[in-house]
Amino acid sequence: MADKALAARLVLNRIGVGALTLLVVSAVIFTITNLLPGDAAQEALGQSATPETVAALRAQLGLDKPGPIRYASWLGGLVTGNLGQSFTASMPVTELVATRLPKSLLLAAVTAAVSVPIALAIGILAAMGRGGALDRALSLATLSMVAVPEFLVATIAVLLFAVKLRWFPALSNAVDIQDAGQFFRTYAMPVLTLCFVVIAQMARMTRAAVIDQLSASYVEMAVLKGARPARVALRHALPNAIGPIANAVALSLSYLLGGVVIVETIFNYPGLASLMVDAVTNRDMPVVQACAMIFCFAYLLLVLVADLVAILSNPRLRHR
Amino acid sequence: MDQQKRNSLKLMAGMGAIASAGGILAYPGSALAQVPKKGGRIRAATTSSSTADTLDPAKGANATDYCRHNMLYSGLTQLDASLAPQPALAEEIRNDKATTWTFRLKKDVKFHDGSPLTPADVVYSLNRHKDAANASKVKTVAEQFAEVKASGPHEVTVKLAGPNADLPVILAASHFLIVKDGAKDFTTANGTGPFKLKEFKPGVRSVAVRNGNYWKPGRPYLDEVEMIGIQDESARVNALLSGDVQMVLAVDPRSTSRVKATPGYSVLETKSGLYTDLVMRQDASPTSNPDFVMAMKYLIDREQAKNAVFRGFATVANDQPIPPSHRYYNAGLPQRPYDLDKAKFHLKKANVSGNVPVFATAAANGSIDMAVLMQQSAQKIGLNLNVNRVPADGYWSNHWMKHPLGFGNVNPRTSADQLFTQFFKSDAPWNESGWKNEQFDQLVVAARAEADDAKRKKMYADMQVLIHEKCGIGIPVFISFLDGHSTKVKGLGSIPVGGFMGYMFAEHVWLDG
Repeated sequence: MADKALAARLVLNRIGVGALTLLVVSAVIFTITNLLPGDAAQEALGQSATPETVAALRAQLGLDKPGPIRYASWLGGLVTGNLGQSFTASMPVTELVATRLPKSLLLAAVTAAVSVPIALAIGILAAMGRGGALDRALSLATLSMVAVPEFLVATIAVLLFAVKLRWFPALSNAVDIQDAGQFFRTYAMPVLTLCFVVIAQMARMTRAAVIDQLSASYVEMAVLKGARPARVALRHALPNAIGPIANAVALSLSYLLGGVVIVETIFNYPGLASLMVDAVTNRDMPVVQACAMIFCFAYLLLVLVADLVAILSNPRLRHR
Repeated sequence: MDQQKRNSLKLMAGMGAIASAGGILAYPGSALAQVPKKGGRIRAATTSSSTADTLDPAKGANATDYCRHNMLYSGLTQLDASLAPQPALAEEIRNDKATTWTFRLKKDVKFHDGSPLTPADVVYSLNRHKDAANASKVKTVAEQFAEVKASGPHEVTVKLAGPNADLPVILAASHFLIVKDGAKDFTTANGTGPFKLKEFKPGVRSVAVRNGNYWKPGRPYLDEVEMIGIQDESARVNALLSGDVQMVLAVDPRSTSRVKATPGYSVLETKSGLYTDLVMRQDASPTSNPDFVMAMKYLIDREQAKNAVFRGFATVANDQPIPPSHRYYNAGLPQRPYDLDKAKFHLKKANVSGNVPVFATAAANGSIDMAVLMQQSAQKIGLNLNVNRVPADGYWSNHWMKHPLGFGNVNPRTSADQLFTQFFKSDAPWNESGWKNEQFDQLVVAARAEADDAKRKKMYADMQVLIHEKCGIGIPVFISFLDGHSTKVKGLGSIPVGGFMGYMFAEHVWLDG
């Protein structure tokens, strides 16, 4: 019971800190977005801006009110689920986000489903045979993957598989998907590109975490008892390494939501990251702020889940 | 670059100059040798597509919108390859002193829902731009319509607040396409255009199918057209070369050799009136000195700018804004050469030495490269031009027209009057160099009221001379629009309003094989 109460307190604590973090982040986002040179009125009018038209549009968008008042009304809307009105698309931000968020989540989910098992397998195998030929080969492979920028991977993939071989379409705009074959063709290249980045990171972290445990004295004990290497790694070392691994996975997955703008651009995939970049160039602040908050929320959520996994999987906590 | 395009498009939209149309034209090239075939489906990619996509012609904001609207609706007039207006839904146009305009409508034209085209539809379509609630991009243009009314069973009369001989050109803009009387809800489109709407998903795609009752006999050729937006240039070219799309808008000059080297694909060049210009403010030093301005104009190596900066996809310009393809181009104006001796002479007369800063940006297409070329030339005559590269983001509000020496970028205008009124008249909102010339101002007003085309042409020729000689604007080249396409797509030509045949490709192209 005691450990359950402890776990519950830890979780509540985490959620409280998370909420506080979100509040601080909201203030930072609001301040920073308002520091950008030029506002939505100037951007919308572009070359044709005159002082009169800018002033009129500013009043129309409510940009003439002082910052703190705008922040308060924005925060109020945020709490009640009203993200405001987009400056450029003249529609609610919620509606804009609703069309993009599911696509981003789907891409992240498919990539995670492919990359996490592969990364864990690579990391554990490398840790078990650390210093050996397999470890060195896997290390070389993962390090090279980390070193290659994703736009290069994506561009080469498009040139090779779409333009040259014509196996997959160059665009993954994810409309007209009717069956599994089409789904595979649409997602194959973006997922491949993203896997290149995240597998390497997760595998390196997994390897480090497992090696860390393998050098502990209880593992030595297990080896001396005569346990086979696979059993030592999976039954003894791995459960203790789950905490750091879960954190590594959480970090990689949070990247899959907000950091994939290059992949979204190259494959014309309609996700949230490209929406945010567009919004920044248009100074469409309600959209920028909404996206930033979503990314921050997703990040905190993933880290929270990772912590939970670490707490619950900790044998010392579990068996006490 | 993308930002620049966005800005330019918004600029065009804001001013209501714009995008429009092409008549039944005689196109140069080999396409004519073949008889167009009917049928087939193509997918075309433009540069942007967002949730702001619209089916309301009045709200069209970019190339994607203009193309979609031209597929679905028809206008009273259409522009041809020299940007001269041709009759469309209006089969005859008469005017009285360029102030009262009478349009006789074509008979037996049907909307997509089967209802006939009536004067009421035209009256509604023109008048609705004046209502602020409709948020029309051409509201300021439409404000000159003092009265629009039906004057017969197939006739509409437009009374203008003042004379404007360019009305038929203005009405060819996609914003003035004709919608059904009373149309307010633009979740679907009911027009008289060559294609009927099948699917419209903002930010995703638009699909249109052939209109069997189209008023131009035999047209259109294609069964179906799908339009999507791909923002990234290399992604757009890859989509073309992988066969995902058959046409792409706005190919970078750097990608042209790659497209041409791939069998089955080609590049369409549309020579246009788009230009990036050197702006020399007349209210600042040293650019207010006429000799300094002249020295700068002689310092521009136009051939080099054309070949090195735009890889040949440009036309040498002559420090005046009307391109050679325009019907009012003054061909008699001698070309200003690249002449270091003359530049040196004028510079000495202007008594300017030392460092002169020049502001360039990626937002003004090619301006950084052109600034560097000028810097090298200037060094040869002992002038230091300091090239300041400033970010494209925010350029138009923070830098444009705010430095003595900088660059601007101006989109093609269909009407010479609009171009002069908006960019060169003393009181023009975007008088880039702050140039004031009384004779020029009088000519602008007189030409607007002149209904005789030959006399107008003479006036516009005189205005070009004035700008060429006296204005603080140096125009090195006119930049071409470049589109990529599969060679199976036939019937392509140029209407120098923009790419994709002035956004009118859908009714002209056909598929071979």
